[in-house]
Amino acid sequence: MALLEVENLQTHFRTPSGINRAVEGVSFHVNEGETLAIVGESGCGKSVTSMSLMRLIPEPPGRIAGSIRFAGKDLLQMSDREMRAIRGNDISMIFQEPMTSLNPVLTVGRQIRETLMIHQGLDKQAAEAHAIEMLILVGIPEPKRRVREYPHQLSGGMRQRVMIAIALACNPKLLIADEPTTALDVTIQAQILKLMLDLKHRVGAAIILITHDLGVVAEIAERVMVMYAGRKVEEAPVAELFRSPRHPYTQGLLGAVPRLGSSLTGTARRLAEIPGQVPDLRKPIVGCVFAGRCALATDLCRQYAPGLEEKGPRHVAACHYAAKGAVAA
Amino acid sequence: MLSYILRRIASTLPVMAIVALFVFSLLYIAPGDPAVVIAGDQASPEDVERIRQSLGLDRPFLIQFGSWVWRILHGDLGTSIFTNLPVSTMIGQRLGPTLSLMMVTLLLTIVVAVPLGVLAAWKAGSLIDRAIMAFAVFGFSLPVFVVGYVLAYVFALELEWLPVQGYTPRAQGVWPWLQNLILPAIALGCVYIALIARITRATMLEVLQQDYIRTARAKGLGQGGILFVHALKNAAVPIVTVIGIGIALLIGGAVVTESVFAIPGLGRLTIDAILRRDYPVIQGIVLLFSFVYVLVNLMIDVIYTLVDPRIRY
Repeated sequence: MALLEVENLQTHFRTPSGINRAVEGVSFHVNEGETLAIVGESGCGKSVTSMSLMRLIPEPPGRIAGSIRFAGKDLLQMSDREMRAIRGNDISMIFQEPMTSLNPVLTVGRQIRETLMIHQGLDKQAAEAHAIEMLILVGIPEPKRRVREYPHQLSGGMRQRVMIAIALACNPKLLIADEPTTALDVTIQAQILKLMLDLKHRVGAAIILITHDLGVVAEIAERVMVMYAGRKVEEAPVAELFRSPRHPYTQGLLGAVPRLGSSLTGTARRLAEIPGQVPDLRKPIVGCVFAGRCALATDLCRQYAPGLEEKGPRHVAACHYAAKGAVAA
Repeated sequence: MLSYILRRIASTLPVMAIVALFVFSLLYIAPGDPAVVIAGDQASPEDVERIRQSLGLDRPFLIQFGSWVWRILHGDLGTSIFTNLPVSTMIGQRLGPTLSLMMVTLLLTIVVAVPLGVLAAWKAGSLIDRAIMAFAVFGFSLPVFVVGYVLAYVFALELEWLPVQGYTPRAQGVWPWLQNLILPAIALGCVYIALIARITRATMLEVLQQDYIRTARAKGLGQGGILFVHALKNAAVPIVTVIGIGIALLIGGAVVTESVFAIPGLGRLTIDAILRRDYPVIQGIVLLFSFVYVLVNLMIDVIYTLVDPRIRY
């Protein structure tokens, strides 16, 4: 049975200029211990999706509909109290901005302890000891000194390690990592990724990795879901997706990644860009959401929205011409 | 930390010196001749001149100032022209009621204003928020004496819950002492509560937008822990600053409040001294108030370092 099953998730925001349909009818699942990557450009709804899973969207102005079944129970039906018992315990989250995601006036130790004391009922001493263990686990030197320090005394990479320590302190079943390496230096990015991979094997938590960095996806994900304009447009196992992307948008994303050494082999080309802009999510969209930017779009695309169709083993895409698109690539 | 406090105390010395000079020259420049006042209506010009000489009022300004400062540094605030008692004794007798009033007001303010501000920020845009902010505007606009008389009329005269006026020393029991201070503290605290509730709300609104509040939510913290630990501690620096600035408001307001509620404190002494042109007493009181204010600001600087670890000197 899947650990997390999301069905027809809709997260809408009321704004003065109309309802913003940030996430519109997204369904997916995550199995136990599995890593699912959600990719897409800025504003495609991937962060809103992850925040919706934790019910961290302020309501109002937001509104979450559909169903999010975690270990068989629908999170959207839970009371605030039940939801609080899940957050940080069964499902935890790592955010994009390590510099601002830790509370500047509380010690690192206190911020790790807190979650242990709430969810595991540990007393202060036990929680402190566990906090030090967590710091060792995430590779922070001198943990006994660091627990007493404040976030401003740590570097960005260290802070992200602390965030990971907080997220993993209660042995969550699901870890949501929202662009965990985007704000870090490239060398630190690699370290953090390696750490996440290590911990994944050791702790066995399922991971939802939200990113726009396809390099990261290739390295740690097992399955990939591609989002565009608040909708899921393609989903496939990672190798399959990189080998034969079916949706023109996914092909565009892959074409926009620079390849190291391509100038040496004489295969260097101008990076492909996807022309145009993401449609305004406050207006109803007729036809395929990608039609306005798609080179292959026809009248059919502009009038009828394609459904998600089976394009290969465990591979779905929402495109009328997906098979043709694959050939074109 | 200790060296910081010592340096901070040293830096208040020039401030106090300038305040002293200002206090001294203000009264020197002010119209009205204390020698004439003391001598009375029947005095001859010779009598006035004799009194002026005995008080040292005929000597040059700087010499008067110098000897005044010298005496103050030795704990001698001078002698009242009117009662012939040492100024320090007169201030000592009146200090209790004023300190009591200010402490009770300060406590009441913090206990009421900070939770109100936090609540308003949490429920921003709601009816509760609007009600609290309307109350703040109201509290800010009403002068102390208006609030004071209305409170005395309703709660003392009509309902007879609390005494109309007067003061009972702390030594005669906590409740008798407190019941005389409740109405004055509310009257005096109104403006202060409004000010601090507003600044608390504004600061909290900003803090609640921060990423680390989202982290706290994602950790499964309850609303109370988020508001009062994670958010309020971050909002503390501006709030503490305004509480400190507000002490100046309290000092000014205490003078009026003591008149309204007939509390025999420093405020009453100040007014009496001004009406009698009792120069040494006026100087002593103003100097004391300035000193308290400087001291409060010093304390606030120290509190900063306790609430925000990023502030180090």
